[in-house]
Amino acid sequence: MALPKTFQGFRRENKRVGIRNHVIILPVDDISNACAEAVANNIKGTVAIPHSYGRLQFGADLELFFRTIIGTGKNPNVAAVIVIGIEPKWTQKVVDAIAVTGKPVEGFYIERHGDIETTMRASRKAKEFLQWASEKTREECPISDLWISTKCGESDTTSGLASCPTVGNMFDKLDSSNVHMCFGETSEITGAETVCEARAKSPEVGKKFMKTWNEYNNFILENKTNDLSESQPTAGNIAGGLTTIEEKAFGNMQKIGKTIKYIDVLEPAEEPSKGGGLYFMDTSSAAAECVTLQAAAGFVVHLFPTGQGNIIGNPIEPVIKLTANPLTARTMSEHIDLDVSAILRREMNMDQAGDALINETMRVANGRITCAEALGHKEFVITKLYRSA
Amino acid sequence: MSNTDFIVHDKKDNVGVVVVENTPENQECTGWIMEDDSTIKIKANVKIPLGHKIALKDFKTGDTIIKYGYDIGKVVAEIKKGDHVHVHNVKTKKW
Repeated sequence: MALPKTFQGFRRENKRVGIRNHVIILPVDDISNACAEAVANNIKGTVAIPHSYGRLQFGADLELFFRTIIGTGKNPNVAAVIVIGIEPKWTQKVVDAIAVTGKPVEGFYIERHGDIETTMRASRKAKEFLQWASEKTREECPISDLWISTKCGESDTTSGLASCPTVGNMFDKLDSSNVHMCFGETSEITGAETVCEARAKSPEVGKKFMKTWNEYNNFILENKTNDLSESQPTAGNIAGGLTTIEEKAFGNMQKIGKTIKYIDVLEPAEEPSKGGGLYFMDTSSAAAECVTLQAAAGFVVHLFPTGQGNIIGNPIEPVIKLTANPLTARTMSEHIDLDVSAILRREMNMDQAGDALINETMRVANGRITCAEALGHKEFVITKLYRSA
Repeated sequence: MSNTDFIVHDKKDNVGVVVVENTPENQECTGWIMEDDSTIKIKANVKIPLGHKIALKDFKTGDTIIKYGYDIGKVVAEIKKGDHVHVHNVKTKKW
């Protein structure tokens, strides 16, 4: 199959291209969730993104928090942003950083106003933004404007046999297309770390990966109270037949195919800066944390292989779910965008599966609603590095 | 094409993955080795569910399980060819 050359996207003020046209109501902190949700309830079609943090964080944890919140606002799937915080200073910091993209963004703070008045003023602005965004139209964009992330979840052995290699087949095919691609899940490479190191574009990038992996692994070794069984692998992984982290890691690694090499190692939620190609991002292997970080780095569509049936979605980045487990495809069909279980029956080969995933991804990029979007999955989970002050 | 009961990733692997809902107990099962497209036959000693692993050889405690051509853990209880390989007889070497 010839690779598609273009898709229909929303080109933003900074030239990045989105595949969705969201107006988001973004709380700066946990205590502003109620107001943000009230605004989203008033103005139909806007999306509130409640979360649990933003108070008394400090150091690297605070930096990651801001990178995540600001990156979410900057993502080109977002047309315009209402920022709501408890106090003016951090609210304005988030507004100013998002405004760099050129998109409409306005901040509101609750102190000296209260929830009700803030909700009223923010709702008026949200209505204005929504009506403005509703007149944005899709235009033809080169495939190189697509930023694609991947992460698997509730994996089982069928993930390593078929659904992860399907993503890998697609990534190998996109290697020369200048598309931005991203994989992560640092702890879930344990056992396959030297194989992953060898997939770096240069020895320097490989060393950067090993340093990142070692730091994560040391953190696990310092904090573990057992062999992490039922945490990593999860109880679902084990029910699906995965026995050890090493086995899970080699299945996970199938998502980066056979030939493509990663060109850089990103901090959590860090925006790539080396142009098109594959990136590794240091992330947790928990689905919502990982996808939230990738969306905050600017990725616009996500490929999510699942074995036992992880049902995750994201408020701004559409999540395409594929499975090769015939039981999952049958019993959880409303969650599965692409069924590749025919690979296990030898009725479909990897090349055909990769092409089917490219087709599905292009349909979603052009506007097709994913299962997770239809079902209202909007899991937004901030990665927290340590306790707040 | 004969039905495939289990799939083996790599010729070096000493376990296969069951891809039918359950292997028939005490019956010969057909395995497909993806790497070289060859076929092997193993008798499953017990019912092994979809996604779980079948032993392609006998193992002693301390042996290594190979899948994808790589080390995926250590044997902690004796395993016979055709047995179910999982958390009851294999553990991680990492954590």
